[in-house]
Amino acid sequence: MATRTKNTATANRQPRATASAVRTAAIPTEWGQTGAIERLRKMMVIRAFEEKAEELFSLGRVHGTMHLSIGQEASAVGAASALREGDYLLNTHRGHGHCLAWFGSEVQLMMAEFMGKETGYCRGRGGSMHIANVDANNLGANGIVAGGLPISVGVGLSIKQRGTDQVCLTVFGDGGANTGAFHEALNMASIWQLPVVYLCENNQYAMSMPMKKAFNIPRVADRALGYGIPGVTVDGNDIVAVYRAMQDAVARARAGEGPTLVESVTYRWRGHSKSDKQAYRTRDEVKEWQAQDPIRRFGRVLKLAEAEFDAHRAWADQRINEAVTFSEASAEPKIEQILEGIYA
Amino acid sequence: MRELTYVEAIREGLNQAMAADPRVFLIGEDVGVYGGAFGASAGLHQQYGAGRVVDTPISEAGIAGACVGAALTGMRPVGEIQFMDFITISMEQLVLQAAKIRYMFGGKATVPMVLRTPGGSGTGAAAQHSESLENWFVHIPGLKVVMPSTPYDAKGLLLAAIDDDNPVIFVEHKLLYKTKGPVPEEPYRLPLGQTDVKRVGKHLTVVATSIMVPRALQAAEQLAAEGIELEVVDPRTLSPLDEGPIVQSVIKTGRLMVVHEAHKNGGFGGEIVGRVAESEAFDYLEAPVKRLCGLDVPIPYNRTLEAAAVPQVADIVREARALVK
Ligand SMILES: Cc1ncc(C[n+]2csc(CCOP(=O)(O)OP(=O)(O)O)c2C)c(N)n1
Ligand SMILES: [Mg+2]
Repeated sequence: MATRTKNTATANRQPRATASAVRTAAIPTEWGQTGAIERLRKMMVIRAFEEKAEELFSLGRVHGTMHLSIGQEASAVGAASALREGDYLLNTHRGHGHCLAWFGSEVQLMMAEFMGKETGYCRGRGGSMHIANVDANNLGANGIVAGGLPISVGVGLSIKQRGTDQVCLTVFGDGGANTGAFHEALNMASIWQLPVVYLCENNQYAMSMPMKKAFNIPRVADRALGYGIPGVTVDGNDIVAVYRAMQDAVARARAGEGPTLVESVTYRWRGHSKSDKQAYRTRDEVKEWQAQDPIRRFGRVLKLAEAEFDAHRAWADQRINEAVTFSEASAEPKIEQILEGIYA
Repeated sequence: MRELTYVEAIREGLNQAMAADPRVFLIGEDVGVYGGAFGASAGLHQQYGAGRVVDTPISEAGIAGACVGAALTGMRPVGEIQFMDFITISMEQLVLQAAKIRYMFGGKATVPMVLRTPGGSGTGAAAQHSESLENWFVHIPGLKVVMPSTPYDAKGLLLAAIDDDNPVIFVEHKLLYKTKGPVPEEPYRLPLGQTDVKRVGKHLTVVATSIMVPRALQAAEQLAAEGIELEVVDPRTLSPLDEGPIVQSVIKTGRLMVVHEAHKNGGFGGEIVGRVAESEAFDYLEAPVKRLCGLDVPIPYNRTLEAAAVPQVADIVREARALVK
């Protein structure tokens, strides 16, 4: 499932993970059927959240922009499953899923933030791109590509200096791996052996820029060689595969053995953001990846009958509808309080 | 005259500059097949190919630096930074390289580059996609800073900026992209460093930039019905600033209000007020000057708060009325 980057040139010749090359792993015993169903439902809640977000947007009930993670749910839930309460999360702009998958997340507070309400995680000041749950060590989504990467160095240093065994999960996209911030962060994390896991969700595109054109190497994980850290490429639409790869990386980090670069190969089904005609890809390509729906795939691993699968999805929809009701009943932020909270 | 939107005017300017001069090329994120995040380069990739409409990885320092290097060696690059916020990542190349190279090299080098970027709030994109950072660049000798407020100005100033032998930061506004106005079809140039009086009035000089120009004009329209005549002055080029028409206007009206979207603290308004205070217009002031600017707050996501964070037409009307009374 996972391909480890070796310190040889052969890594470059390995085929890129594609939709057709995917395999599905067995359910981890530590999850059991109950834990597995929980995770399936979590993915469904993310999907339902994103679909509702899209709907609210098209109805003009929210403004701004958003980056939907439909098709990438396994990566978020699989990754979060490998961490534990008290660990840190630095998230991306396409971060609804990770936020929902994180410990103690309350979907109604997410929705309220998305809808700009005072009850939201960030009191309606942050919105989709900046949802944080600081109490749960979720240090926030980021409007800046790779904006969280240099921060991860500080979080890692802080964990080391405070002498805890926490780990920091840092999520970014393939596009994020081409910023200067990526280079500085991975190098610093490596030389100081910081307890950070770098999860690159390679969804094939950075906005309109195909991965193939933005990189002269087949895998983002190959970059790990240059930093002297392990690099792993994993089928990002397979929740168990993501979990396993992340488990190894988290174990290393927790043991003081330094950072790992995990590349989760996946695909975004929707446009980059609200205003994207998707002229840079074909419908067939999208369909090919949709056939690898991470939620359906996990449903098959769990051998769920159609009716049972649908019942779980209905449960997820119900959670989302309740969240919308909660948000709609919530107060708007008050203009008189606009200047609150700039300084401590 | 034919009407174009602001973004169409920019696109036409880019197209005409590329058609006329093989040294001109575009470089930025998603400027190619996507056509630029706001459509400024739509269709140009098909017309000129990937060699002259260069899609980059997400590398803002790289984009700015590539412009510097190409400009230094005989090209006339036009870079795009997708949102002005991300220009923070380009700062070293712009401030420490582009701006200083000519002077440091004893005037023997030129860096004829343009970096286009959309600033401003109003789209609900929150604090990291709504910055108005123009005054950061105004502060730096060696850079020129242009902020068009109409389609006509956008095309004419863009062509002049591309012709200019200096690095020019060309700040567009997201909410202006869809605004319409008359634009001549042929290429034309509006000299950089020329302030434009957008409306003649006698009671109050309103110096406004970018999106605040149409808002000030709307306010002027409303106040005219009450017999208050605003003179709306648009510097268009913030640096180098053509202060003469501003000083002359204040001498005439005896009152000054500066309106911009950027935060008040350390904003361009302070520069305008300072210039007027140092000038002969000081003796003509009949009222304290007013800076009506963005609040000193990161742009909030919530729609109501977002609108409250920057001057709106009603704010201009209210403050202008108070100043004139
Ligand atoms: C520094 C910076 N540059 C550009 C952008 C605009 N932008 C937002 S997301 C994005 C593409 C990101 O691609 P990737 O990192 O692969 O993440 P994905 O959107 O595919 O999840 C771009 C160009 C930004 N937010 N920050
Ligand atoms: Mg991507």
